Amino acid sequence: MRRFLAILLAATLTLAVANEIEIFSWWAGDEGPALEALIEVFEARYPGVTVDNATVTGGAGVVARAVLRTRMLGGDPPDSFQVHAGDSIIQTWVVAGRMEDLTFLFEEEGWFDVFPQDLIELISTADGVWSVPVNIHRSNVMWYVPANLEGWGIEAPETWDAFLEMCPAIQAEGVTPLALGEAWTQLHLWESVALGMLGPDRYTQLFTGELPFNDPAAVAVWERFGEVLDCTNADAAGLSWQQATDMVVDGEAAFNIMGDWAAGYMATTLELEPGVGFGWAASPDTAGSFMLLSDSFGLPVGAPDRDNAINWLRVAGSLEGQDAFNPLKGSISARLDSDMSLYNAYLQSAASDFASDRQVGSLAHGAVGSDPFRDNFYLALDIFLDTGNAQAAANAAFAVAQQYGIGR
Amino acid sequence: MGRLTRDRLTAILMLLPSLVALGIFVYGFIGQTAYVSLTNWGRDAAQALALRPELTFVGFENYTRLFTGFLETRFRQDLVNLFFFTVFFLVGTLGLGLLLAILLDQNVKGEGFFRTVFLFPFALSFVVTGTVWRWMLQARGGVNLLPTYVGLPAGEFEWLTTRAQVWRFDWNQIPAMTALLVAAVLLLLAWRAWASARRIRAATMVVLGALLAAWSFTGGQSVALLPFPETRGFNLALIGIVLAAVWQMSGYTMALYLASLRGIPEELREAARVDGAGEYQIYRFVVFPLLGPITLSAMIILGHISLKIFDLIFAMTGPDLSTTSVPAVLMYLRAFRGNQFADGAAIAMVLLVLVATIIIPYLLISLRGEVRR
Repeated sequence: MRRFLAILLAATLTLAVANEIEIFSWWAGDEGPALEALIEVFEARYPGVTVDNATVTGGAGVVARAVLRTRMLGGDPPDSFQVHAGDSIIQTWVVAGRMEDLTFLFEEEGWFDVFPQDLIELISTADGVWSVPVNIHRSNVMWYVPANLEGWGIEAPETWDAFLEMCPAIQAEGVTPLALGEAWTQLHLWESVALGMLGPDRYTQLFTGELPFNDPAAVAVWERFGEVLDCTNADAAGLSWQQATDMVVDGEAAFNIMGDWAAGYMATTLELEPGVGFGWAASPDTAGSFMLLSDSFGLPVGAPDRDNAINWLRVAGSLEGQDAFNPLKGSISARLDSDMSLYNAYLQSAASDFASDRQVGSLAHGAVGSDPFRDNFYLALDIFLDTGNAQAAANAAFAVAQQYGIGR
Repeated sequence: MGRLTRDRLTAILMLLPSLVALGIFVYGFIGQTAYVSLTNWGRDAAQALALRPELTFVGFENYTRLFTGFLETRFRQDLVNLFFFTVFFLVGTLGLGLLLAILLDQNVKGEGFFRTVFLFPFALSFVVTGTVWRWMLQARGGVNLLPTYVGLPAGEFEWLTTRAQVWRFDWNQIPAMTALLVAAVLLLLAWRAWASARRIRAATMVVLGALLAAWSFTGGQSVALLPFPETRGFNLALIGIVLAAVWQMSGYTMALYLASLRGIPEELREAARVDGAGEYQIYRFVVFPLLGPITLSAMIILGHISLKIFDLIFAMTGPDLSTTSVPAVLMYLRAFRGNQFADGAAIAMVLLVLVATIIIPYLLISLRGEVRR
């Protein structure tokens, strides 16, 4: 009994002097160590703060985002939460007045100078800057195995025309020209095709409403998308992105278009050497453009431990924090001054592209396009898969944009 | 009204907490969902996730849009999927369960072992079942490789990913088809009434059925639910889902049927044998009629599981494969990924109504039965 009382007393005391921060994310499993490395940097800098690492696993964040919505609606925000940088946070949380402007933090920390301009635009509105990007992934990458390509006598195509030209020859070898996976990877492919067909300016205009989704140029994207789909595996809808990548590694497919977490998968899980075991190129027609997605942390209005949350954001945006986090996560730093010797060959090449290329946001991963728009854009994809009618798909995408709003 | 005795007071006090909890957490929230489904929550991004969202009452607009909107084709296909899933799931589970129960009822050796084996899948969660069957139904592995073990070519069927659709119909035909279906049921009832010599009842039903059938071929053809033709049908990808669900639940129906079979007195069968009935006739005229009540209960239980199915499909084909999607999956995506809370609530209410049409008559019947007893 006495011991019980002592424990109770101790518990009350901890509660009373609680100096805590709750960090909400969906980083568990493979991505857990990267987050822990970032938390270690925080703990070293701000000793005495107890970090509550609140991860909600499953479904690439689908579950975590559902939990976050119920918590925010219930008026119980975490101190800081993971969110895709760009329209995913702006069109969901910022417009609803749930986030604090971080301009002061960006000024204090000098982040306006170390983050690239395109990225800052992506995370800002006229009223402020809304989240601190901790990493950058690239969406428009085409993966292959150099030795296999040599065996088939082909090279990584720089344009879709070149790809479609070599497609029948690859199929004749009994090989799938382009490996594809379940629904979201199809959207992922679509955005790469769209970027290639439209170029960075007009691609971005799709999501500002300046280029309507039923414009002939957008219809042409669907037509090209259909031609590309004819070169993919028939069982795509049943494969995870890893299985699609496996097809390339196993020589069953020639190419795969996937974000550069695939590099992490091939380098770490499959233990292939970047550049030897697997090769990469910008997806066709997109050289010079870097389609990015970024995980970021923001500061919700009413965060219970606001000061700690701000310090957490300082760490998340710091050079030390980003260089601890990103090599483990398999992504590059959002800062332009990171220490490239910490990163593997693929990431070094990505970082140099990041510094020099035009940057545009990914639709499939929340950088452009509001959440309702993305959720319903799958309808256009479905209509296209069912009917193969580019005009109908473009009309549906246009109607979805009208009804749900696209973005800024 | 009796006096408020101490006994009665205790009983009320004991029941009160759970009544209050039920009132708030079940009926209160049903009410709230119903209200939300009549608002525009989510339409305006600035209000969707505001701390205190301002909701505007819009009446049945969300429902109208779901059933007639150009962008809501997925909802309507989901309803069709749900219908076919429920039908095949019920038929498969009841049929297989009954077959297993009859086989086990033949005093086989090791009955306990088989009973446990058949019942085991029921102990798994749908998520586990879904994950396992997802692997087994991969187009390039699992079940499709089975024929190769006996030297046959591997199967080609793309279980979960095919986009093939059969039994296609125009969504606008639904009123006419429903009328025709009801007419068929009426005629069946008429035939049974005729057989039990209730002539007037039989005649009424024939007339009603004929009227409905006539309407479905005339007026019913011109009823248009949508301003455009819309083809819906049975997605073959659902076969895989049905397979997994039947595998999971048929052990349970087997247990129900087995208990019921054991409850049939041996005297009845013997009496039938004395009357000269063969084994088939014993089942046809003695056993099956006695299994009626348990079949009804099983249909209710399985039916509401089927209407609420979510986890199995989420685990097997993920959230975005529309060919195997059902309204519950769409509800989750709409509300928690697309921020369209009012749409989500409206879909939830549609599901509630569907489940209620199954559960409420059953509750009424069983309550009436208890009173009689």
